[in-house]
Amino acid sequence: MDWQAIGLSLRLAACTTAVLLALGVPLAYWVAFSPRRWKFLVEAVVALPLVLPPTVLGFYILLAIGPHSPVGALYARLTGGMLPFSFQGLLLASVLYSLPFTVQPIAAAFSSVDRKLLEASWCLGASRAATFRRVVAPLSLPGIATGAILSFAHTMGEFGVVLMVGGNIAGVTRTVSISIYDQAQSLDYAGAAKTSLVLLAVSFLVLAFTYAMQRRFWSLWPMS
Amino acid sequence: MDELAADFHRTHPAVTLRPSYGSSGNFYAQIRNGAPFDVFLSADVVYPRRLAQEGVAKPESIFLYGLGRIVVWVPAGSAVDPAAALGSPRIRHIAIANPQHAPYGRGAEAALHTLGLYDAAKPKLVMGEDVAQTFSFVESGAADAGIVALSLALAPQAHGKGRYWEIPLDDYPRMEQGGMILKDSPGAQAFRAYLTSAGGRAILKKYGFYLPEGY
Repeated sequence: MDWQAIGLSLRLAACTTAVLLALGVPLAYWVAFSPRRWKFLVEAVVALPLVLPPTVLGFYILLAIGPHSPVGALYARLTGGMLPFSFQGLLLASVLYSLPFTVQPIAAAFSSVDRKLLEASWCLGASRAATFRRVVAPLSLPGIATGAILSFAHTMGEFGVVLMVGGNIAGVTRTVSISIYDQAQSLDYAGAAKTSLVLLAVSFLVLAFTYAMQRRFWSLWPMS
Repeated sequence: MDELAADFHRTHPAVTLRPSYGSSGNFYAQIRNGAPFDVFLSADVVYPRRLAQEGVAKPESIFLYGLGRIVVWVPAGSAVDPAAALGSPRIRHIAIANPQHAPYGRGAEAALHTLGLYDAAKPKLVMGEDVAQTFSFVESGAADAGIVALSLALAPQAHGKGRYWEIPLDDYPRMEQGGMILKDSPGAQAFRAYLTSAGGRAILKKYGFYLPEGY
């Protein structure tokens, strides 16, 4: 059993979710509330990773972060390292790949907050930030949780992008889906089935725990 | 394969060849589960032999069409000589196919051992799932050098994009490339006869697939 790969996938999924929440919440807020007429263009760009096959997306990410690209060159100047074949590279690729899974549920939740409540909050003198913190965010919590959970689950099962960007290095870029694929390719179908079962069980536990927490958290959230 | 298909069609107008490309291991699993192919050309004759053992096809339909040959490939802009690339300190990443299941990866790993460079190269190794993806790691510049199939280095798409050095055949175990007939038909028979004929062999050789004398 490749526990190292399972641990790596969990770490990658957790880091991806954290980065996506930090980026996705402001982006979703902008998508939901911006008066700009061209915001549909941004929404379309955010949804694009859903269209491209993961290996194709992965191939272009590899080109985009490789040492010959501006991004890769800048990264090399700042850190002396390289993005392809590194955990940081996988993290960047996963963030792009799962972006729609974070932004769309959160933007939908923000949009469905009753406009009257926002206006009431503003009339009572609360700033936009305070309104977000005390009205929008609490009412959108289920949507934010859904975005986070979907991103986590999507990253756990990510295969094509990792395959193209990672280089299959044990402990660095060999995630559990790659490990299962390797086992199946070397005709070790029993081993692949065992690892798949563990992936399913671990994912089920994480998701069940998160949904359970969400429910309790929800009822304890201070509404004042 | 395109040129081969065109030439085969010219000499056998009654038969239409429709190739599907993929890794040998994937096709092995698909064929075992009833994939509707007539002929299977594998990068490693182990897969056809295994299918024969399992009774999926007849062992006497297996034929060899080439030996896998590996080369060290560096992009055209690289300052490193491909013959010295594996041991060069200027190389940060060496791409090989996954030796766990890709025949060319096993060859690459064995050659590194024979050349006495394995321990130095090990921390630099990145693995593609097959030799084509390995090649894309190097072509994109993400890896500085790669051990890939001679057929890829000779492919028209790679022309002018890099330089290669062929690793001597004796430095790694022979990779016998073989095919087999899955569904017997005059068309399948004709294709096998064509691949082992002088005309078929000439085209295969142009792309790096050929058997040494005596095979």
